Amino acid sequence: MNVSLSSAELEALRLSLAVATRSVAFSLPLAVLAAWILTRARFPGRTLFDAFVHLPLVLPPVAVGYVLLLLFGVHGPIGGWLRAHWGIQLPFTTAGAALATAVMTFPLMVRAIRLSLENVDRGLEAAARTLGAGAADRFLTITLPLMLPGILAGAVTAFAAGLGEFGAVITFAANIPGVTRTLPLALYTAMQSPDGDELALRLAMLSFLLGLGGLLAAELLVRRVRRRLGR
Amino acid sequence: MLRVSLLKRRREFTLDAAFNAPTPGVIALFGRSGSGKTTLIDMLAGLLPPDEGEVQLAGTVLTDTRARLAVAPERRRIGYVFQDARLFPHLTVAGNLRYGQKRASHVPQYIRFEEVTGLLGLDALLRRRPHELSGGERQRVALGRALLSQPQLLLLDEPLASLDAARREEVLPYLEALRDWLSIPMVYVSHQFEEVLRLATYIVLLEAGSVLAAGPVEEVSLSAQLRRVVTQDLVGAVLTGVVTALDAGAGTAELAIGGGRLQVSLREAPLGARVRVQLLARDIILAIQPIQGLSVRNALLGTVTEITPDDAAAVLVRVDVGGAIVLARITESARAALRLSPGDAVWALVKAVSTRGHAFRLFGTPQRRA
Repeated sequence: MNVSLSSAELEALRLSLAVATRSVAFSLPLAVLAAWILTRARFPGRTLFDAFVHLPLVLPPVAVGYVLLLLFGVHGPIGGWLRAHWGIQLPFTTAGAALATAVMTFPLMVRAIRLSLENVDRGLEAAARTLGAGAADRFLTITLPLMLPGILAGAVTAFAAGLGEFGAVITFAANIPGVTRTLPLALYTAMQSPDGDELALRLAMLSFLLGLGGLLAAELLVRRVRRRLGR
Repeated sequence: MLRVSLLKRRREFTLDAAFNAPTPGVIALFGRSGSGKTTLIDMLAGLLPPDEGEVQLAGTVLTDTRARLAVAPERRRIGYVFQDARLFPHLTVAGNLRYGQKRASHVPQYIRFEEVTGLLGLDALLRRRPHELSGGERQRVALGRALLSQPQLLLLDEPLASLDAARREEVLPYLEALRDWLSIPMVYVSHQFEEVLRLATYIVLLEAGSVLAAGPVEEVSLSAQLRRVVTQDLVGAVLTGVVTALDAGAGTAELAIGGGRLQVSLREAPLGARVRVQLLARDIILAIQPIQGLSVRNALLGTVTEITPDDAAAVLVRVDVGGAIVLARITESARAALRLSPGDAVWALVKAVSTRGHAFRLFGTPQRRA
């Protein structure tokens, strides 16, 4: 078997990486915010919010993609506004694929970040307070650094999962070569074509290696940060 | 002056405490666990809002519930040394020390970095991380970190409680040095009377959320309320005197106390040093006439001022020895045999060796830093 990648394979790989990167960059700050709200805020409807954040875990990805089409489609309430005011169109674009991926991987990210925030000793924040640190200062210099293992774990896991997002992407952004045909979509396309067996196998192996690499990288990174924190 | 008057209702108990303590000095909040000590200093720090009350430090109001005023903890300039140190695990020792200092850059820097690391012996630790430190080192760093935030008041919540006896001995001299060389008022929470004896200038005695007694250490050591908090064996008058003679060979020093002289077992105090000594009531022998041929080094002539029952079988006798007060515990039958009553002249006999470990040097009067 030829080890070097064909241009179509490279393109699918590049697209998967681009989509996963954009999706993580977009959702990370929101995931930190959501984790913060779920851990620290007490308000009516918190349980509902919690369920809402976790919804993509249990919904069929195709349903998520469909809801996104309704909301972000050119005639949807958000999509129409984005197009009218900013000239932005999301369906059938790489950015749209990233949005669909971000929504799907959001719960994974929030869970990891929330877990690390729950482990942050509030006594340390009180100590920072007596040392003159205000709320934003405390968050940036104490809470956030102590959450770092969870943030990294969440980001890498979401990235690895994002490389392989299929259902929501194909529903919302379609299967356009060079635009939204990421690794899993390319794999699916190869399986549909009569002479695509070898390509399908190669793409499946590539996905396998990427996923494994991502998870290992996450584990190593988190261990390193934990060691710095003395845990 | 630290003026405190606070009320906090909690599920388990109600804290209702008021006292006015002179500053600078070390104010000991002394009481058993669960008496409300930590609740009280959390309110001083502003970390816990009181239900009602007022806190004033040197004329500045920090909390006044009636005026709906509460200075935020981050603006109080009150340093807090927690029982569990609470060092930031992601920062080095130097990073921890500078954390508060950086945020106090707008106030006069009366405590400098080098001064603190020198005083607390931290120079060799600066690049380490908290998890690489021993318990005693951690508490010293926590102390330094609080000091460098240039506080107007330092709160210490049983900083030695989590340490074993050896580590405690390692940190105590640093606390004594702080008291004597920096004139920061301190509130020291403890349930160890020995620590209070060594460090405090003023005691606030807490029990079940209320103040039993408050006053200078010498005064509170005589208070009947103290006996509700410390075990019977630790009861005894605390006296302060100046070293007037030394016997290096014997390891004793002679103190001028009240109108008399007292030989105590103490090595590390030069002539003229101020020394605090506790004479445990159980170690004192009373005689109604001078006695010859005893090994006892001290015989202080005084007058019985008060006799109070101590338990079923013993009484506590207060003896005024030329202005200083000594407490003696004797059995009720001994008192009856001697027919002791207030106004009688007695000799209080004190073995010098019984003061071993109960005499502490107090350093010079605190100096105000520019």
